[in-house]
Amino acid sequence: MRAAVVVFPGSNCDRDLAVAFEQSGADVTMVWHKDSALPEGIDIVGIPGGFSYGDYLRCGAIAANSPICKSVADHAARGGYVMGICNGFQVLTETGLLPGALLRNAGLKYICKTVGLRVETSASDFTQGYNAGDVIDIPIAHHDGNYFADADTIKRLKDEDRIAFTYTDNPNGAQADIAGILSENRRVLGMMPHPERAADAGHGGTDGQALFRALAGALTEA
Amino acid sequence: MKARVHVMLKNGVLDPQGEAVRHALGAMGFDGVEGVRQGKVIELDLAEGATEADVTEMCERLLANTVIESYTVEMS
Repeated sequence: MRAAVVVFPGSNCDRDLAVAFEQSGADVTMVWHKDSALPEGIDIVGIPGGFSYGDYLRCGAIAANSPICKSVADHAARGGYVMGICNGFQVLTETGLLPGALLRNAGLKYICKTVGLRVETSASDFTQGYNAGDVIDIPIAHHDGNYFADADTIKRLKDEDRIAFTYTDNPNGAQADIAGILSENRRVLGMMPHPERAADAGHGGTDGQALFRALAGALTEA
Repeated sequence: MKARVHVMLKNGVLDPQGEAVRHALGAMGFDGVEGVRQGKVIELDLAEGATEADVTEMCERLLANTVIESYTVEMS
């Protein structure tokens, strides 16, 4: 599996994500936001958490219009895999690769803690390492993680089995408890919680490991 | 030429900052404030020849997220 991790000014989970990819066996290239092209042969692009461009204007809005994001959109349009975590999820909704938007947390507070996530579907290369209904412990750290979409979009996400994860105890007001969603072709995942911070025994939890292992399994040619 | 863009969360989208301001006003004794919505104003200094249509495109592509926000443009 060849992975690229995009680095924006303000990204702060880029190295964690790169390590999680590497530990699952991936060959990882870091890509700068001003680059206009992804390296050849990339299987998956990771958009890491952080505060791209200082979250100015809206979280993820300026990153979504950066030179590299045009290439990321082209990669997704060709059927390539993309994974956005936290600020990366915000970037993916701002680019339109995933529907909806992330609003300020309903309680107005920045929340940093480990939460329970219910795996809603195992029918994707990201989530096939879990069983639907599994509850896993994954950390969150965000101020704007309140997922919003109109009622039609929420219904479509449910009908098409595109809700990847929900919160067991909704911390931020997200509609339908949504913590992560998939694109129509199930190759783009956006999620607010941080599986890369629960991918090594040293993190105090390893419930995120199955996601990276499943990806590596699916994206590494036998 | 200047443009002033007002960006507001759409009706029906929870505005927790507005709610916090409403609570604070109530606590200060200002009765009768039934709702507060907080938005932002973006002022643009435009070169000669820029049109309202240009500003509208800027709003659609960057300045507002039309999933959750509405915007108005004033040219002066």
